[in-house]
Amino acid sequence: MLRRYSVHLSLATVGGLIVYLAHQEYISLYIMSVLMFMGVNIIMSTSLNLVNGYMGEFSCGHGGFMCVGAYVSSLLGVWLFAGDKVFGAPLLNPKYTLYAFPLLILVGGIAAALAGLLVAIPSYKTRGDYLAIITLASNYIIISVIENIGAIGGSRGFMGMKQLINAMGKSVDLPWMPIWVFLFTVFCIWLMRRYISSTFGKGVIAICQDEVAAEIMSVNTNKIKTITFMVSSGMAGIAGGLFAYILGYVNPGSFNILKSTEVLVMVYLGGMGSLSGSVLSAILFTILLELLRPLQIVKWIVIPLLLIILMQFRPEGIMGNRELGDIFPKLKKFYRFK
Amino acid sequence: MKRLLTTLSISCIAMIMAVQVIAADTIKIGFNLEMTGDIPKVGESSKFAAEMLKADINGAGGLEVGGKKYKLEFIYEDNEAKAESAVTTTLKLIEKDEVLAMIGPNSTKQAIPAGQVANDNEVVMISPWSTNPDTTFNRPWVFRAAFLDPFQGPMAVNFAIKTFKAKTSAVLYDLSNDYSKGLAEIFKKLFESKMGAGSVLAFESHGTKDQDFSAQLTKIIAAKPDFIFLPDNYNQVALIVKQARQLGFKGEFMGSDAWGSSELMTLCGKDCVGLHFSTHYAAAGATGATKEFIERYKAKYSYTPDDVAALTWDATGVVLKAIQNTGGLTGKLKKDRKAIREGMAAITSFSGITGNMKFNEQGDPIKCGVVVQITKNGEFAFNESICPE
Amino acid sequence: MENLVQNIINALQWGSFYALIALGYTLVYGVLTLINFAHGDVFMVGAYIAFFSATFLLTTLGLPGWIALALCIPVTMILTAMVGVTLERIAYRPLRNKGAHRLYVVITALMCGLILEHANLAIFGASRKAFPQLIAEHVYTIGGVTFTNLKIAVIATAFLAFLFLHWMVTRTRVGMAMRAISYDKFAVPLLGIPLDRIIVVTFILGSGFAGLAGLLFAMSYPVLEPYMGALIGWKAFIAAVVGGIGDIRGAFLGGFLLGAVEIMVVAFFPSTFRDLIAFTVLLLILTWKPTGLFGIAKTTKI
Repeated sequence: MLRRYSVHLSLATVGGLIVYLAHQEYISLYIMSVLMFMGVNIIMSTSLNLVNGYMGEFSCGHGGFMCVGAYVSSLLGVWLFAGDKVFGAPLLNPKYTLYAFPLLILVGGIAAALAGLLVAIPSYKTRGDYLAIITLASNYIIISVIENIGAIGGSRGFMGMKQLINAMGKSVDLPWMPIWVFLFTVFCIWLMRRYISSTFGKGVIAICQDEVAAEIMSVNTNKIKTITFMVSSGMAGIAGGLFAYILGYVNPGSFNILKSTEVLVMVYLGGMGSLSGSVLSAILFTILLELLRPLQIVKWIVIPLLLIILMQFRPEGIMGNRELGDIFPKLKKFYRFK
Repeated sequence: MKRLLTTLSISCIAMIMAVQVIAADTIKIGFNLEMTGDIPKVGESSKFAAEMLKADINGAGGLEVGGKKYKLEFIYEDNEAKAESAVTTTLKLIEKDEVLAMIGPNSTKQAIPAGQVANDNEVVMISPWSTNPDTTFNRPWVFRAAFLDPFQGPMAVNFAIKTFKAKTSAVLYDLSNDYSKGLAEIFKKLFESKMGAGSVLAFESHGTKDQDFSAQLTKIIAAKPDFIFLPDNYNQVALIVKQARQLGFKGEFMGSDAWGSSELMTLCGKDCVGLHFSTHYAAAGATGATKEFIERYKAKYSYTPDDVAALTWDATGVVLKAIQNTGGLTGKLKKDRKAIREGMAAITSFSGITGNMKFNEQGDPIKCGVVVQITKNGEFAFNESICPE
Repeated sequence: MENLVQNIINALQWGSFYALIALGYTLVYGVLTLINFAHGDVFMVGAYIAFFSATFLLTTLGLPGWIALALCIPVTMILTAMVGVTLERIAYRPLRNKGAHRLYVVITALMCGLILEHANLAIFGASRKAFPQLIAEHVYTIGGVTFTNLKIAVIATAFLAFLFLHWMVTRTRVGMAMRAISYDKFAVPLLGIPLDRIIVVTFILGSGFAGLAGLLFAMSYPVLEPYMGALIGWKAFIAAVVGGIGDIRGAFLGGFLLGAVEIMVVAFFPSTFRDLIAFTVLLLILTWKPTGLFGIAKTTKI
């Protein structure tokens, strides 16, 4: 009984502890912001792993979907709950912000999932490196579209999300952003695990092995591809929404190719097709970036060098395609990883 | 054993006290700079200028605040020209390094979110270079050293109409760069209101890292404008002017303060001679403190300082003056930061190397600008001074 | 009409650079199916090597411009080729021998690119470099259309480079070996073809031409900075794929296609929509021809 719920219990404890410590200001805001960006990175790397690792495609435009999610959830949030020079007075009373916030983030995710169709539909016919270009092109297209909409600031960016955070703090005095980031990170990992272990997930892995064979075995590849791309980009949208609210400001330039390659690195560092690998590598990568800060310019020589050396010794990433449970079989008693 | 423990603990306490004593005698100021990423040169210039100022003041024994001399300690952090990195950097400077005030970030993309954080945590932040009104808008703790686009735009329009006798113009700007875009839009609005609708014959854009502008320039040149307004960074200016000349354009260019780098002339060469741009100060023929700054900077880093260096020097100077205005530091972080904020507001006139300035209620400086012309020797010679009404 | 001709010349010049860089991408890809993401940065290193050798030849040795240029071309190509080969030896080959998934080699290439960029930034500082003028530039105007001798030289070089590489791949023994490797990597060593040596030759060719592109680029756009290769590298990769990656003709055509699309969009639409329209066009091309213009479909749908 206890074993069955041990994971839930430990998650609840960790979450509660973080919230308590943040509330009592035992964790400084600096550590907190690093932890929050870590959460965003975890969502990004696990969601990209779905396409790049499990489905075996090479998507290198994940930043674009993050951008869609960030913009949609912040525009909607500011339109509904905050006074702004673009939209005027708020439509709804700001005291409902707290209840609507998860919906805002989810709507951002749904919008990003729809943007994922931009990649999903060409993927019926196009594969491999040709699809990589389509993802890259869609990243450029999304950023270009936002830069051209002058009403929401274009390249000047969009702000005003801070008012929503303040409104939530007024309703119930808790550090809401860390709570939401934690909840959504757990939710996304849970969703990923369920998705991978479902029949759909088996189809995804079958496509990775051999698309033609999968189709012969009556796997509806187009349907699975569409849904997988949408789930993946939708989760990137959720990460984008959280990112926008953590920063309180969005700018299309934050979601360019550099962002996409950063996520790519995290996925391959963790290992293709390993959920726990993606989580671990996102954590490691974020910490590494912060720890090596004092090196300044040299940091960006040291980090790639470390990764290259790591690849030489572990050419399949930290975890390969295994999960934590395969390496530490005892953990399986508490949790089924696959 | 007991004795050992006692000695240890006593020495520990002594060390902590010693650290505190040292800490009490230094003033820590954080620098949140773009040292890697899109614009490494901006961060480097800022850092060089700050290093020079630090060496000056520490060489003279330190900064005198309320009758006591403090050594300066500058902490430089790289924000990688990323918004999220600028936020964590700001928080790190504020909480871990416990700085009294923060200089930077320079570029708006980083300065807006960083300004939010600094304002929420009640730490004075001054951005040397950001020109977007949102950076300081409704943020009592955030200041800037550069003048705003709504001031620089009219400067360029009036100068061009008067000096070039221009009836028509064309604009080429950087779409992804909000500084460039903002200035271009203001210019277009003003020029058309003065010379009639449609007098801006072409309004073209390019991307931040573009190197080829031939298509835009072909379009602009075909429209035959009297001059081209180019609110762009100097590295792109060099390429654009060269390419325009190669495409047979012989007319004038008018630029903005982002031209103001010594590198402009090494990159552009004779093609840029005779062109005009509006900026904060004229390096050639500068007098007094400005001249001294330019000469010393040149001697130390072997190039003429650009506008970022000069603005960082002034921004840091303003903060140091605000610290002096507090009339003595208590050593309590929160209280001192508040005192500095009041010290900033109390500055009625600061004579910096980029001109005299004071701050309005939004934390934006009120100061004069100049229009300079590029001479044959590649110097920026004073042409006209324009002050806000 | 004049504008159109002018823009065609603009597009040809700009496309030449894409084509030259895309050729390097496609050579390496054709042989190894490796997307060498460091290629854009090898191009940047080429431009810097050209800068240092040109300044050395011009100022230290005091040679006249055209001799300096004549010496600069082989020096740049050889040194840049060495950089490319070094990357292959240190980073890619060990991984290949370990049988790593090809995408891990791609990520390694990405990391190598980052190292090249930031090592440059750390060593030479953030100041941009101005490339010295090697040959006097003449502006010719014929019937309202303006071009320079340099532009013509760039376009001509791109065509010559393509013809040379095409001859190399289709007519020589080395080229035959390259095609054989791309056809079946496992059977080739059995036939006595030295696999590693052929791969090194491929990297020499690809990087050498990136060096040449770097030199020409520095002469046409004389502002050098550490990040100059990143964006053009990505776009050249896109060009190579749209042309059909792995095919020399595809890369060449793709480069000019991308150049033409970018220039023509600016010429006939508002320039703020450039990226939007240009990439939508590419997306449509790939949806219409899923393996690029010259690519061969490897898997068939049932």
